[in-house]
Amino acid sequence: MSMSEVLHVERLNYLATVTDLKNQGYEMCVDVVGVDYLTNMDRPLPEDVIPERFEVVASLLSLSKRSRVRIRVQVPQDDPTIETLFFLYPGTEAMEREVYDLMGITFLNHPDLTRILMPEGWEGHPLRKDYSIGSVPVQFKSVNGAG
Amino acid sequence: MGKDMNDEAFEEQVPESLALVSETSEGPQELQEEEKTSRYELAAEFGSTLRLPEGIDVNPGDIDIEFADETMIINMGPQHPSTHGVLRLMMELDGEVILRTKPVVGYLHTGMEKTGEGLTYLQGPTNVTRMDYLAPLSNELVFSMATEKLLGLEMPDRVTWIRMLMVELNRCASHLMWMATNGMDLGSSSMMIYGFREREMILSFFEKVTGLRMNHNYIRPGGVAADLPDGWEDDVLSIIETIPGRLDEYDELLTGQPIFRERVDNVGIITAEQAIALSATGPILRSTGVAWDLRRDMPYLNYDQVEFDVIVGSIGDCFDRYSVRLNEIRESLRIIAQIADKMPSGDYKIQDKKVTPPPRMRIDESMEALIHHFKIYTEGFKVPEGEVYVAIESPRGEIGCYMVSDGSAKPYRMHIRGPSFVNLQTLPTMLRGGIIADAIAAISSVDPVMGEVDR
Repeated sequence: MSMSEVLHVERLNYLATVTDLKNQGYEMCVDVVGVDYLTNMDRPLPEDVIPERFEVVASLLSLSKRSRVRIRVQVPQDDPTIETLFFLYPGTEAMEREVYDLMGITFLNHPDLTRILMPEGWEGHPLRKDYSIGSVPVQFKSVNGAG
Repeated sequence: MGKDMNDEAFEEQVPESLALVSETSEGPQELQEEEKTSRYELAAEFGSTLRLPEGIDVNPGDIDIEFADETMIINMGPQHPSTHGVLRLMMELDGEVILRTKPVVGYLHTGMEKTGEGLTYLQGPTNVTRMDYLAPLSNELVFSMATEKLLGLEMPDRVTWIRMLMVELNRCASHLMWMATNGMDLGSSSMMIYGFREREMILSFFEKVTGLRMNHNYIRPGGVAADLPDGWEDDVLSIIETIPGRLDEYDELLTGQPIFRERVDNVGIITAEQAIALSATGPILRSTGVAWDLRRDMPYLNYDQVEFDVIVGSIGDCFDRYSVRLNEIRESLRIIAQIADKMPSGDYKIQDKKVTPPPRMRIDESMEALIHHFKIYTEGFKVPEGEVYVAIESPRGEIGCYMVSDGSAKPYRMHIRGPSFVNLQTLPTMLRGGIIADAIAAISSVDPVMGEVDR
């Protein structure tokens, strides 16, 4: 398995850290994903990291160094916003829209932050842990031939 | 429906009765008993009014079209036959020339990542295998590898080689399917027949091994579902003996053929810098001349023990992507031949009581085995807390699985980084400045699988 390290970055330093890494040769951002830790707030984290409800995880890839780095950023519930990586990696456009759509995290300065998978005008963000998935009870035919 | 068709309440009782599940803006998702269900609700459930296409409420008079600059916006898809499923492209045209393009996706979204949070790790592959339905084994493999990394399991040798064999065969099948549809898109319908014919050989082999032609659920956390059947060597041998000759026929049919070359040469060009910036992987990145293949550059399974070449293109046009895929089939066959030589004997599942259910024979003799079997299939096995990202090379590029475990038997968060989803972003770059007829060739050359784009 290839080399891969995890960095915990504060939200304020997120853009600066990623810019640094890009200058160090991480040419590609392969993935941006959001996680809702609502029911798992006591997850293992390094001591200096204060757990928040949301986490945004960006995976960078260096083709020249053949290594990966994963950046985990804590995003609080009362202000679910984070800077966009669009201006460093245009390929994050769709990934960030997906996180916005399904997890409800707003990417500041994103050029077109609209829903991508769910229909326009959908309410709620399905991948949040407090989003009810609902249920469809099985409907049986009436016994007496009615209907 | 069995309901009175003259139900006058149809129009009137729409809004109030529709507040059962507040989370959705499109009305309730639950049905009452049949007597209490109105026709509107039944109609909604049958899909005639629920999930209207976007823009149905738009009054054409409201659309602000500027006639002055003579550009026109047209929609291609989501039902266009050459958009490979339900891809919709909004294109801004100046005459026949494409200016801007916006891919609109989501028509096939079924919430598979949310579904995955409700399934145990053993049930997970049945879910993810349906994402990229042309390369189901890659999906299963990346899911299983992520789970095994969290568990800290090392697979037996034979499991690794079986997985490589199946995934490489799947790569051939997927690329052959692409050759078929690409030929079809560009007007060579005989290519479609040939592509499907060759793919059929591989699918028949899959059926023999896994029991299914698609959506196998064969690669699972802890190993594979079943050992290779007796005589598998003969089947594999006949595949690697037959297909190379057929590929040479494709060369004659397409590669050297002027009409085909006219359609693909210098069409849909993307540079290496653009492809890297747009996070494109797989044949699209390699067609620009970047020799990046996770099998070679970040080896997983036993890819460091087989010999193969990474195929690259030069200018990143549709023809380069065609030839990269065509020659990748040849390389895959080369790998398969080496795998068939090296296939060791041994277990096809890890002998770890925690994740592997006892064999069927033991269940008849031992109550403990029965309980153990039952527990693994109902409760599943617990996976240590942690988060992991695993990436492998699928036929379409880097497929990744980001998995978070909270220590229970179900993933806390399961995200698949679909290569098609990301690769679609290269389309506006490829199409810009080209003519609309070339759009067909370019869309086809991206090879999007909408099941994976929308998940």
